[in-house]
Amino acid sequence: MNFPERNRSFKPPKELKDYPVGTAFPAGHLVDTNAAWRSLRPVIDAIKCSNCLICWLLCPDGVIHRNSEGGLEIDYDFCKGCGICSKECRQKAIRMESEGE
Amino acid sequence: MVEKRAFISGNEAVAAGVCLARPHVIAAYPITPQTTVIERLAEMVEDESLRAEYLHVESEHSALSACIGASAVGARTFTATSSQGLLYMAECLHYASGGRFPVVMMNANRSVALPWNIYGDQRDSLSLLDCGWIQAYAEDAQESLDMILHAYAIAEHPDVLTPMMINLDGFVITHTYELVTIPAQSDADLFLAPFQTSNKMDFDSPMSLGFTAGPAYNQAFKQLQHLAMLSASRVIREVEEKFGQLFKRNYSGLLETLYCDDAEYIIVTLGSVAGTLRPVIERLRALGERVGLVRIRYMRPFPLEEIRKALAGAKAVGVLEKDISFGFEGTVYTNVNSALMSANLMRPRLRNFIGGLGGKNISAQDVEMMFSRLKSSDEGERVEFI
Repeated sequence: MNFPERNRSFKPPKELKDYPVGTAFPAGHLVDTNAAWRSLRPVIDAIKCSNCLICWLLCPDGVIHRNSEGGLEIDYDFCKGCGICSKECRQKAIRMESEGE
Repeated sequence: MVEKRAFISGNEAVAAGVCLARPHVIAAYPITPQTTVIERLAEMVEDESLRAEYLHVESEHSALSACIGASAVGARTFTATSSQGLLYMAECLHYASGGRFPVVMMNANRSVALPWNIYGDQRDSLSLLDCGWIQAYAEDAQESLDMILHAYAIAEHPDVLTPMMINLDGFVITHTYELVTIPAQSDADLFLAPFQTSNKMDFDSPMSLGFTAGPAYNQAFKQLQHLAMLSASRVIREVEEKFGQLFKRNYSGLLETLYCDDAEYIIVTLGSVAGTLRPVIERLRALGERVGLVRIRYMRPFPLEEIRKALAGAKAVGVLEKDISFGFEGTVYTNVNSALMSANLMRPRLRNFIGGLGGKNISAQDVEMMFSRLKSSDEGERVEFI
């Protein structure tokens, strides 16, 4: 599993020399967990899943990960609940469940 | 390989310079009077004398966007445009400079519509002076070729990393045939090292490119751009010095002066019209008149100290430009005036001559008239159309 490191501390630049040249910097946008506002949560049905990986490919946030057994896991710390995985799943193996139920 | 002499147009000289710089990617959209540059480059790619990706794009906006994308993977890039095409690129100009992608572009200075007109003036590039690009103005075909080689060395320098626009007066330079020395490829390779940057997409060092910077951090990036542009002044001198040693053609940095040491009446201008002024100045000097010329080669970074020094002893200065900021004055005049006002100098009388709009001819007689205006103590019109 290659889930990103959680809640990494971000050192904001203080002086000009701390800034990168241009807008290129090692990706730092996943430093804080950010999914509290998700209203629908995708849930994978492991029985129906054929492991075709289309959800893994198409997830716009890259939060679907392959685990060591070859199955798929969703990182709910970063999933925005957009539902693209559920819509694209050929096996109808991903259902969107209401959060808070 | 040896250098060769060729009778070519300014546009062909630019194409020859670009070829020597070995760009990886060329993306351009044709527009008069730039077209023959990219036609010539297309032929070079076709006959494999230049090994580059040549992208046929659907607009100038796409041309520069493609160059930015290619630069973002570390490629050396070239594009060329003019007038309406440059204005269509305006949004991308800021993307390139803000992202610190050292794209090199040739712009054929041409009038801006309406009225529709394809001839030369400098309102296209001067109206985009604040877009964060280094802006150079060539006087002839040889300087155009050499400036292309300079441009990659300047723009890609790690202290600069800023895109550069080389301006050639439409038709007067782009389409005039001159005898031009084309350096040997082996010498060009000695002068210009391959492009190296850490500001790129790279599998071994993955980075997020083109990110957001909110109110707390945004200004620092702009300040860094300003500092990089100021550093370009020094880098331009270093690059021209190295070029002079290798090719025995010497350039004078941000501006060039003629007889400014003792001149009382000086005309400041830029681009090809300097060629009209030179023989008039020689003739007037032969008659004992203390006249001189400042030819601005770079509008950004602006030759602040150089302008102050060149004009320090003048009684009157005229700024001749093919530009007008409607309702005020010419932009070059504004810049020159500001440089003088902020210095603790005796300030010469200053006049602004606007000419050449839409390709209107500026003759030797016009130049003589301007010098006689400068000699007259009558204040006259601050901004005068000639």
